[in-house]
Amino acid sequence: MTDPFNPYLPEVATILETVQETHNIMTFRVRFDDEAKMKAFTFEPGQVGQLSAPGIGESTFVINSPPTRMDYLQFSVMRAGEVTAKLHTLTAGDKIGVRAPLGNSFPVADMKGKDIVFVGGGIGMAPLRTLFLYMLDNRADFGKIRLLYGARSPLDMAFSAELPEWTGRSDIETTLTIDREAEGWQHKVGLIPNVLLEMAPAADNCVAITCGPPIMIKFTLEALKKLGFADEQIVTTLEKRMKCGIGICGRCNIGTSYVCVDGPVYTYAQLKQLPNEL
Amino acid sequence: MAAVKYIPREKLPEWLKALAAQSRVLVPVEEGGSVVFRQYDPARAPVFGSDATAPPKGAVFPASQELFSYAYGKEGEDHAPTLKLDPKTEAQPTVVFGSKPCGARGFLIFDRVYMGKKFPDPYYIAAREATVFVTMACATVENTCFCHWVGSGPADAAGSDVLLTPVEGGYTVEAVSEKGAKFLDNPALADGAAKAAEAEAVKKASRDALGEAPDIASSPAALLALFDDMEFWRDQSDKCVSCGACTYLCPTCYCFSITDEGTGTAGRRMRSWDACMHFQFTLEASGHNPRPTKAHRLKNRVGHKFSYYPTLHDGLIACCGCGRCVKSCPVSVDIREIVQNAVAKAKG
Repeated sequence: MTDPFNPYLPEVATILETVQETHNIMTFRVRFDDEAKMKAFTFEPGQVGQLSAPGIGESTFVINSPPTRMDYLQFSVMRAGEVTAKLHTLTAGDKIGVRAPLGNSFPVADMKGKDIVFVGGGIGMAPLRTLFLYMLDNRADFGKIRLLYGARSPLDMAFSAELPEWTGRSDIETTLTIDREAEGWQHKVGLIPNVLLEMAPAADNCVAITCGPPIMIKFTLEALKKLGFADEQIVTTLEKRMKCGIGICGRCNIGTSYVCVDGPVYTYAQLKQLPNEL
Repeated sequence: MAAVKYIPREKLPEWLKALAAQSRVLVPVEEGGSVVFRQYDPARAPVFGSDATAPPKGAVFPASQELFSYAYGKEGEDHAPTLKLDPKTEAQPTVVFGSKPCGARGFLIFDRVYMGKKFPDPYYIAAREATVFVTMACATVENTCFCHWVGSGPADAAGSDVLLTPVEGGYTVEAVSEKGAKFLDNPALADGAAKAAEAEAVKKASRDALGEAPDIASSPAALLALFDDMEFWRDQSDKCVSCGACTYLCPTCYCFSITDEGTGTAGRRMRSWDACMHFQFTLEASGHNPRPTKAHRLKNRVGHKFSYYPTLHDGLIACCGCGRCVKSCPVSVDIREIVQNAVAKAKG
């Protein structure tokens, strides 16, 4: 007999592995303790979950592993408050709660057959990673794939263990950039929006997906507009305080739209339709 | 509705005692100058005349409620960490006896959200199904009442199971729901046909006393049009002190927070009422706050009730017009004024 669905009750999961990505970003690879539930679990790229440290609380993070790789669910956590500080003390073998999947997902069906440009800054690479890897795992369904990933310095670059693989693939074009020159750095130097303009991806039949710090998003959007991308061709994700994650508690709503249910993935066209409360 | 029944005033205690024998019965009682819902005690006479200071919202949606308990432990020879979560969704059979129609109507607004298709709430559903609302039509109205603005009225049965109407010597009793129909199977209740006309007259008199409702059909569009007009919202919120009385006393406010309480190894996760009028409500871990001023917060509160919720739920206004927010506001912020101001401003 299965329990009736309880949207507030997390699934107990075990941390299989942690990776210290940067000084303040830690990645968690987790697996539900209930093997049947782990096997039955499905999600779409871009969906989020609430990681729960009972006794402290829970916070929202994107599931940044793709649904094509289900050995574990991966979340990357930037330390910013009580819950994240607690999560950062955990290690392999520890138990956490996972309430997922929540929110909407990237419009993958609309992206099929198109060229793709990913523009990620710092922790913003996490929501891109799930879609990026999903596309690599379904490579034939998509056109040209380009990734522009930037951070302030090499030490601020998450997923550094994977970068050699990404830059080494011949079927995608990966550009890494840091804001200022650093010793030993062999890739690009420059601010993300400027590097994007240099790359000058063609807007025809192309979708741009961008995530990162608000200031970076602002100038990246300007750059994309200059390159001819229409509002519908630009996809991003909103970060807003999500408490319940199921569209009730009233914190994340912007007018009639609840970011935790109607988002967090929005096209720029959809964002411009929302009232101004960000 | 089914056949009308009648109960003489002097037989009410008998009925209440019978109910209390098998359910928790909540009745309005006077307490420190306020009228609040408390468990029925024969030694303490219920106060049925005026509206309770606080609605019976807590009967179904407690001010604080345990979602689940948690316990960390170790097991096996290698002391592997464990975590057990134990949810508590059971609800106690309850009768809310003597609420005014506005207090029960609040659950119409709750139902659409908490009994939604995507995330049905097991705590709310259990409590809602376990609770019977025996509601009392209003024989008198107050100048803060505006239920007729929002599609309700002094004898509105929406959200209730049984409707009582005060008549000479007692009350007529009408079943509103299936739950309510079963409820009327009681020898203390006599046939009420002879009192039906008087009951209808009482209902009509109360409705007439409220007068005509203003036309606020355009409020959803008006409030959305004023979303970026912060000067308007600063004017409306100027005197607000962000105390949250309006939200805590509102029968339709359903927002909450979730917190963990306990020691490092065991405790519980609680869901508690929260207030969107508080600064901390939308404060993010980064320090950013999308609703930083009381103008933003009032805009969201009024917008939610008269614009966002109706837009999402077939035009149903998320307000019962009970007037508690008007009455309880220490600086007399009046939501009726705000809505009318918004409609007028969007029009002109």
